[in-house]
Amino acid sequence: MAFDASALADTFPKLLLRNARLYGARPSMRHKDLGVWQTWTWAEVLEIVRAYATGLHRLGVRRGETVAIVGSNRPKLYWSVMAAQTLGAIPVPVYADAVAQELSFVLAHADVRFALVEDQEQIDKIQSVKDKLPKLEWMIYDESRGLRDYDHSHLRSMEDVIADGRKALAADASLGAWLDAEIAATKGSDPSIILYTSGTTGTSKGVVLTGERSIKAASDTVVFDKLTEKDVALAYLPLAWVGDHYLNYAQGLVSGFCMACPESAETVMSDLREIGPSFYFAPPRTLEVLLTRVMIRMEDAGALKRKMFHYFLGVARRYGERILNGQPVGLAGRLLYGIGNILVYGPLKNTLGFSRVRVAYTAGEAIGPDLFAFYRSIGLNLKQLYGQTEAFLYITAQPDGAIYSDTVGPACPHVDIRIAENGEVLFKSPGMFSGYFKDDAKTAEAMTPDGYVMTGDAGYFDEKTGHLKIIDRAKDVGKLTDGTLFPPKYIENKLKFYPNIREVVAYGDKHDFVTVMINIDLTAVGSWAERNNVVYASYQELAGHRQVYDMIEKHVAETNASLAADKMMAGIQIKRFLILHKELDADDGELTRTQKVRRGFIAERYATLIKALYDGSKEADISTEVTFEDGRKGVISARVKIRDMAVVPAMGQAA
Amino acid sequence: MKAPGGPEVAAGDVLLSVEDVSLAFGGVKAVNDVSFDIRKGEIRAIIGPNGAGKTSMLNIINGFYHPQQGRITFKGETRAKMRPHDAAAGGIARTFQNVALFRGMTSLDNIMAGRTLRMNKNLFWQLLRFGPAMKEEVEHRARVEEIIDFLKIQEIRRTPVGRLPYGLQKRVELGRALAMEPELLLLDEPMAGMNLEEKEDMSRFILDVNDHFGTTVALIEHDMGVVMDLSDRVVVLDHGVKIADGTPDQVKSNQAVIDAYLGVAH
Repeated sequence: MAFDASALADTFPKLLLRNARLYGARPSMRHKDLGVWQTWTWAEVLEIVRAYATGLHRLGVRRGETVAIVGSNRPKLYWSVMAAQTLGAIPVPVYADAVAQELSFVLAHADVRFALVEDQEQIDKIQSVKDKLPKLEWMIYDESRGLRDYDHSHLRSMEDVIADGRKALAADASLGAWLDAEIAATKGSDPSIILYTSGTTGTSKGVVLTGERSIKAASDTVVFDKLTEKDVALAYLPLAWVGDHYLNYAQGLVSGFCMACPESAETVMSDLREIGPSFYFAPPRTLEVLLTRVMIRMEDAGALKRKMFHYFLGVARRYGERILNGQPVGLAGRLLYGIGNILVYGPLKNTLGFSRVRVAYTAGEAIGPDLFAFYRSIGLNLKQLYGQTEAFLYITAQPDGAIYSDTVGPACPHVDIRIAENGEVLFKSPGMFSGYFKDDAKTAEAMTPDGYVMTGDAGYFDEKTGHLKIIDRAKDVGKLTDGTLFPPKYIENKLKFYPNIREVVAYGDKHDFVTVMINIDLTAVGSWAERNNVVYASYQELAGHRQVYDMIEKHVAETNASLAADKMMAGIQIKRFLILHKELDADDGELTRTQKVRRGFIAERYATLIKALYDGSKEADISTEVTFEDGRKGVISARVKIRDMAVVPAMGQAA
Repeated sequence: MKAPGGPEVAAGDVLLSVEDVSLAFGGVKAVNDVSFDIRKGEIRAIIGPNGAGKTSMLNIINGFYHPQQGRITFKGETRAKMRPHDAAAGGIARTFQNVALFRGMTSLDNIMAGRTLRMNKNLFWQLLRFGPAMKEEVEHRARVEEIIDFLKIQEIRRTPVGRLPYGLQKRVELGRALAMEPELLLLDEPMAGMNLEEKEDMSRFILDVNDHFGTTVALIEHDMGVVMDLSDRVVVLDHGVKIADGTPDQVKSNQAVIDAYLGVAH
């Protein structure tokens, strides 16, 4: 087995050497450039990374220092990570769409002297905060466009750095031996990478992960999902996110599979179709967007096709999941499903780029049961995992054949989970972090005295399945004034499962009853408006439309009915709701970069609306500052309507 | 790449000059005795209120209209009459005020159409799409892909342009003009009908085209802010007459220009 060798390699540069030896001629990386897929084998990547590392060393990169990496998923940026690690330096990836302020925080906190960046956009961003980064010396870029007239005294292109290293290696034979010694000197217990958390809870912290632990964790899941050098993944997740570093980079180096980089962030859909990955990860939101898009396009299809589509989706609902789980299904059912596969599921999966997916994961948020069942019923082996940056991703994952939409699976191999008295999930895992960078106090805060990491999530083990269930962030679980337990996320997720609703923020802690603010989904509601002759000029106008309110009211009523069915949750039915006049946006600080709502921040920003939700007013005025994509600021004002909801009596209770 | 025909013009020298040009439609004088020049490598703006004769001027330059009077010198060759395809072959490309693309064709095919003049194999080979014609097509496709990359429109490569939003159609149209590898690029209101973000993108592309390919750009634009930021020199027309010519700063402080734009008490 290929991954046996990983026991020998405790750092990523050593793994790269091993891969070049074992799979030298196999593809390591692909990238679509100028419309054509380019391929690099493991042997070629090793040659480039060696030259790159030499070039970086000649510029002054030294063992143990941090190197920032800013940009999207491009081979040269992954090689930057590898080259830094080869020298024993610590890469610090930063989100490509981080605003200058976030970027300067990370770069300053990590003390970087070198920033390896994608293009002019990132260079401009860094230069705009240069006075806060006295330590920064060099910026090295991948894409030269627009940079010709820049002062190049402290600017280099990656191509030049690699060429310089290559020339030096060719000129001086002893340099090669020195580089081999550098790689041999990388230690598994040294920091391998620092990943800054997205900052759901305040400012972001630098999570330090070591090579040895990272590789151990990745080896476990590579075995768990039987990944080999023949697999392919599309590397489209943010470079700075633990998910990308784990699923693509670490698993890729451990198993030797091929990472394909999309042409650009906008072309991911078509690149997915062209590459046909066998391992796939998508957050629930992406899967939701895909499904919405399919459904909208089916609405526009001819009557015959539409009928066929819906008939076979019905067939899939009945038999699909059972076939995927290997449960017994009658001959007629199998036959029908087979026909459906030829006529509908196969072509559909092909359009979505899922034809060859063997293992697919989703995580990050709760996934709607219907959404989850849809993908599984058409034959996509979609599973859930639960994890976080501090664990180097995996804590639990669902094994093939035991899949439920409302659990995240049992503990991963070698992971130890404990539930604290307050319901918080604690864990110990092979990949767990060694600490927060330059912040021992926070590190101590995040650990129990006996060495478990506190996740901050509330959850429990489901008795029936033995799987872990996550309900909310432990600190977000509040109480209504009558003492009823109030997990806001539980309500938000229930509402968000409706395609028309994009985002929900629920309030109720220390209040008499529960209220929600809703963001409509422009794609779904816009398409509905078109079909129903509802005229609108802007998002704001559509959001405030009476018929849209009627539609959302129906969804809220259904949610209340479903809450009423659960004795525990009957008390947290929604009494009042409103539809927000603008989309919540990460640029305005309302969402994190991973698109999670920042409830506290939103409560402050929309204080007048929340006041109105609780004082019984029928409408409220609000004006908010917004940041446009170019960084300028403006103000949006609106009058937002509020509606009252009826409460459904709890099941089995006397009215 | 060197444009076919005509001698080379060094950067900073006059690439095209218009001398004493007049154009009338019946009794209406659209352009009246206008002279100005465009230097190689610069971004030259032609501005003016509605009906000032800006588009007529552009149409004269690329040979669509024939002026009754005056001379046009392009790359040292003086002509009284030029036909559009001569202009195209000579290295002048343009975009239109109202997007003029093949709506049913994909972005890629539209931009490929811009390469037509540079395809040398005859129709027979092109129809066969075999041998030398295939090789030629691959070469042209590579150039087109560079333009697609340059304009960042990879995701709409295979989308029929009729389905694209207006701002993107404008970008595809610019791509088609660039595919001709022109020496002089004429842009007729490149930002018309765009929102602020699209305008900024388009400004970026125009500057990049000028910087990256060294293409001389002549543009007509309504948005004064955009014009002043982009152009090296500005010529101002009003009722077919040139009322000012110079750097953006000079033009901005010119009383005749202020009067033409803001109106004066008569």
